[in-house]
Amino acid sequence: MQRLKNLKMTRRSMLLASAVTATSLAFSLPTAAADTIKIGLIASLSGPSAKSGEAITRGMTIAIDEINAAGGLLGKQVELIRRDDENNPGKGLVAARELVQKEEVAVLFGGLQTPVSLALVPYMNQIKVPFMGPWAAGTPITKNGAKENYMFRVSAYDSMVGVALVNRAISSHGAKNPGMMLINNPWGESNEKALSAAMADKGLTLAGIEKIEGSDIDVVPQLTRLKEAGADTIFMVANVGPSAQVMKSLERMNWDVPVVSHWGPAGGRFSELGGPRAKDVEMIQTFTFSGNDSPAAAEMMTKLKAKFPEIKGEADVTPAVGIANAYDGMHLAALAITNAGSTDGPAIRQGFYDIKEYKGLIKTYVNPFSPEEHDALGPDDLVFTQFIDGKIVPIK
Amino acid sequence: MLILSAILTGLGLGAMYGLLALGFHITYVVSNTVNFSQGSSMMLGAVLGYTFGVTLGWPMPLAILLALAGCAVYGLAVERFLVRPFADRGSNGWLMATVAGGIVLDNTVLFTFGKEPRNFPSPWASEAVDVFGIGAYPLQLVIPGVGIVAAALLSFVLRNTKHGKAMSAVVQRPEAARLMGINTRFVIAGAFAVSTVLAGTAGLLIAPLFNVSSSMGLVFGIKAFATAILGGIGSAWGVVIAGLLYGLVEALTTAFLGSSYTQIIGFSMIILALFFLPNGLLGQAEIKKV
Repeated sequence: MQRLKNLKMTRRSMLLASAVTATSLAFSLPTAAADTIKIGLIASLSGPSAKSGEAITRGMTIAIDEINAAGGLLGKQVELIRRDDENNPGKGLVAARELVQKEEVAVLFGGLQTPVSLALVPYMNQIKVPFMGPWAAGTPITKNGAKENYMFRVSAYDSMVGVALVNRAISSHGAKNPGMMLINNPWGESNEKALSAAMADKGLTLAGIEKIEGSDIDVVPQLTRLKEAGADTIFMVANVGPSAQVMKSLERMNWDVPVVSHWGPAGGRFSELGGPRAKDVEMIQTFTFSGNDSPAAAEMMTKLKAKFPEIKGEADVTPAVGIANAYDGMHLAALAITNAGSTDGPAIRQGFYDIKEYKGLIKTYVNPFSPEEHDALGPDDLVFTQFIDGKIVPIK
Repeated sequence: MLILSAILTGLGLGAMYGLLALGFHITYVVSNTVNFSQGSSMMLGAVLGYTFGVTLGWPMPLAILLALAGCAVYGLAVERFLVRPFADRGSNGWLMATVAGGIVLDNTVLFTFGKEPRNFPSPWASEAVDVFGIGAYPLQLVIPGVGIVAAALLSFVLRNTKHGKAMSAVVQRPEAARLMGINTRFVIAGAFAVSTVLAGTAGLLIAPLFNVSSSMGLVFGIKAFATAILGGIGSAWGVVIAGLLYGLVEALTTAFLGSSYTQIIGFSMIILALFFLPNGLLGQAEIKKV
């Protein structure tokens, strides 16, 4: 009996304790949530693409430090919360649910991988929280056909890159009959469509479309086919390794054809891998530190070095596009939140449309977003660059 | 022009398949098992060669020897830990264990060597020479020769030397071989070491033309197994000829039909060939005595 009584006491005290805890939680949670404005990031923070997640983090961190130094947003400090998507759309979606529903982030940023961002499209549009893409270039991420679209982007995207590559081939090389060398995967497919559409617009004929496998030791047979079909320029879409094989094969064939490329070669040691012809590749970027005389770029470099001691110079901030896109994207998101006057998703979306002008790192954005246009960058904002001594330098 | 450059590309590619397939062949003939991580063994050869020769800057002949020794050690470890425990129990677990071992090795290299592909400099692959009007690196001309010499050597050793005959005896009658004083464990472990050394040689040969990265062996390993089956895995000449043929078919398909068709035609050819020649090009049907 005595024991039972004790038990009762214990049970009662437990109930009491949980009631106290629950009450204190109920009071403390909203206060904690109201303390800061949270911004989420879902990107590759581990594995082979971890460098991209690091670049986005650096760009966002510098922007958030600036925003907080100027008093924060809506009177609150801004806080970055990151989750690793491990390059996996399923994991990305789980992380997005956690950040949106549990952490209540005001805006969610994404990473390098198009499949992960694409997997988030239906969820973000349904839960009505704005998404900002600072990297993944898949066209349908923002152009997704939803009635109420919450997907925004500050980056290059494939259909715009197609237009830029074709314009470059015509204006700099007088191209009339270009050929394509594309990596044999969905990225290559997406660019095949974009390039074909852009070429048709300009009335160019197509010398041929050739695919590159990651295991191709040389691509001389593919290039020989294009050469025999009279190709006068080559559009190249592939990452570092296969792009290097294309340049080595051109060197062996002694074929001096202009190569206009997507940004695939940018990450890694392309100068070393591609041999003597590597420097001939004309490659798009949204931003470079090298050869950039703008004061904003110099100031950004100083801030990066101060914040991240491991950054000593330009060689430590490749690819710079991730940093620059994320930096401008974060400032644009901050303006949208300020315009909205709250962290309500639909209000922030309207806030993006209401941005009039923002002087950013990549350019001065004037009315960057509208219900019809969720991409802040266009074909004219791309810079053509080449590799000089391992650095990505704008072509003069 | 087109056909010549395609043949040169095809022979180079084919010799790679042939060397890896020889590795499948040798372990199969002594133990009826194979190392499914041959693609990773190839990668290991190139990565070790790069690390010793380029990163550490040791003389290249020494670097190559050490890289091949490293591959041999890897082969011994595969046999000891991924094949023997399963084969001894009569289980086919070695199938999955060797695949898993390759994945573990690929990822270990990914985290230690890094993700970025590297360039393997070689004086034999820096300046193209003119061969009947097409540019080729001297290394490209050497590679098919290495494949053929390796097949000839293996075939000779297995048929005409005491050690070779001992190796064949092991698979035919393991018990009898043991009673005759043949150290079967030693012979099988040796076969796995030779197998990974052949793959490492392929990796070192291809690295200057291609690049060095943790994932470089993946597709080669799969295709080499296909060519080993195509050639008849029990025949050294069969697997090398099948490798060369497969490389040629790939390169010629790319050259004349376009690269979109390469994989479709290549693998369809393997299915068709096996339909008409179930034991491969030079393989012999297994005789089961009841």
